[in-house]
Amino acid sequence: MIEAKGVGLTFATNDGPVHALKDVDLVINKGDFVSFIGPSGCGKTTFLRAIAALEAPTEGSLTVNGMSPEEARKSRAYGYVFQAAGLYPWRTIGGNIRLPLEIMGFSKSEQRERVERVLELVDLAGFGKKYPWQLSGGMQQRASIARALAFDADILLMDEPFGALDEIVRDHLNEELLKLWARTEKTIGFVTHSIPEAVYLSTRIVVMSPRPGRITDVIESPLPRERPLDIRDSPEFIEIAHRVRDGLRAGHSYDG
Amino acid sequence: MRSVIPVLTVLAAIVALWYAAAIGMNAQWERDQAGRAGEVIGWAEIVPRTLAQERPVLPAPHQVAASFWQLTYGEEVEGRRGIVKSGSLSNRSLIYHGWVTLSATALGFAIGAGFGILLAIGIVFNRAMDISVMPWAIASQTIPIVAIAPMIIVVLNSIGVSGLVPKAMIAAYLSFFPVVVGMVKGLRSPDAMQLDLLRTYNASGAQGLGKLRFPASMPYLFASLKVGVAASLVGTIVAELPLGGAGLGTRLLAGSYYGQTIQIWATLFAAAFLAAAMVGLIGLVQAVTLRRMGMMR
Repeated sequence: MIEAKGVGLTFATNDGPVHALKDVDLVINKGDFVSFIGPSGCGKTTFLRAIAALEAPTEGSLTVNGMSPEEARKSRAYGYVFQAAGLYPWRTIGGNIRLPLEIMGFSKSEQRERVERVLELVDLAGFGKKYPWQLSGGMQQRASIARALAFDADILLMDEPFGALDEIVRDHLNEELLKLWARTEKTIGFVTHSIPEAVYLSTRIVVMSPRPGRITDVIESPLPRERPLDIRDSPEFIEIAHRVRDGLRAGHSYDG
Repeated sequence: MRSVIPVLTVLAAIVALWYAAAIGMNAQWERDQAGRAGEVIGWAEIVPRTLAQERPVLPAPHQVAASFWQLTYGEEVEGRRGIVKSGSLSNRSLIYHGWVTLSATALGFAIGAGFGILLAIGIVFNRAMDISVMPWAIASQTIPIVAIAPMIIVVLNSIGVSGLVPKAMIAAYLSFFPVVVGMVKGLRSPDAMQLDLLRTYNASGAQGLGKLRFPASMPYLFASLKVGVAASLVGTIVAELPLGGAGLGTRLLAGSYYGQTIQIWATLFAAAFLAAAMVGLIGLVQAVTLRRMGMMR
């Protein structure tokens, strides 16, 4: 569970302070799939990084599983998936997934077992001995998700993980991600700037706007947890997408 | 195989140019000789004589090649003092002197490269070292070590430090710098995202070094090692100049004392082959390492 109360984050730059986040209140419950959507500069990535203790909020309080983000990071409470797969070119896919396990001191036999398990989970069984350059971009990103899942943290934080992929691959991976979420029951924080992606995946959509970065709307999705791809043609889906679009537009007009 | 013909063409051009230069530069001496003997000679006599002088200004390629052969194969296999007849390397052969130079170079290079890598790790992990060490490293290279190395050697000799070590010190001094520069760049080559990833695992600094920074720096390491090993050889040869005894540097100086230009050139080629062999060896280690790391396709 993640709880933010009045979280603000100000970067000091040469041109004066930049308010990346202001007065962010949000509760993410266990098992939620929460998407953050907004134009660039709205602080969605900054908020995700604050949860991961990669940035420190300058105001308010932020807790992850009842701990400070720093403590949560030290207790390895979350897996983080970046925009680029960032696999080490000198390690095989299996070796890359083993990286966090080696750092966290899992036994050799457990490492092997976990690598096999998560490779299966992301549908990459049999690719463990391949090098990253032998895989397509979508497969590399799946491997990086497997790497984040390998040590079984409750929380999965994903920062535009499919942003660099084409739409066909992205649709497929979105579907896979939902299945994965259903199977693992993780809490997922997901940053995106694709409205259909946010609506399709989330139980809750957080709409943000820039200068200062803040939340303008939080939309509870009425869609069922099980979602085939063609749910995107249903009236409910279109209605939520509409509301997200309105939220984004409101954020912009407020900005002037 | 396609690259053989261009390479041979360039080589042939160099040799042709060399012959032309040898004839031109050695001709005056032949004319002076003829003048002293009261003869007048034409190019027909001059050309063959310029290519067979005992102490030419510029020896012809075949003279250098013959001398090189004599000072390696000739000395060791056929010579009285060679390894075949006496069981130890001849003190006149380039193989013996090359070996002496090589061992000092290798020791100096190992010290220099090791020191360079340690310094680079310090610079990357410690902000104080980052700010303070680099200017000194750069300053160290502005000292004309090539000019003062002989003095350092003489001073070290007079306080009883002699043999391999002083030469290796000069070699290390010249080789650590390219390794520091290359490794600092290499250790810093992982991008912010890769460093953030390790932070999310709460990895220690040592784990970051071992699992990310060091493997990522490998291409940089090998590039700087190649520069460093060549610098080591230069350092060793310069350090050998003032010393009697053995080593390619000593042979170069002896050659210039006695006007043995052919021997100087043969020795220069021995040094060049040595450098090429060492750089080639590092290239081989690089190829094997990078292939095993899966970084060469």
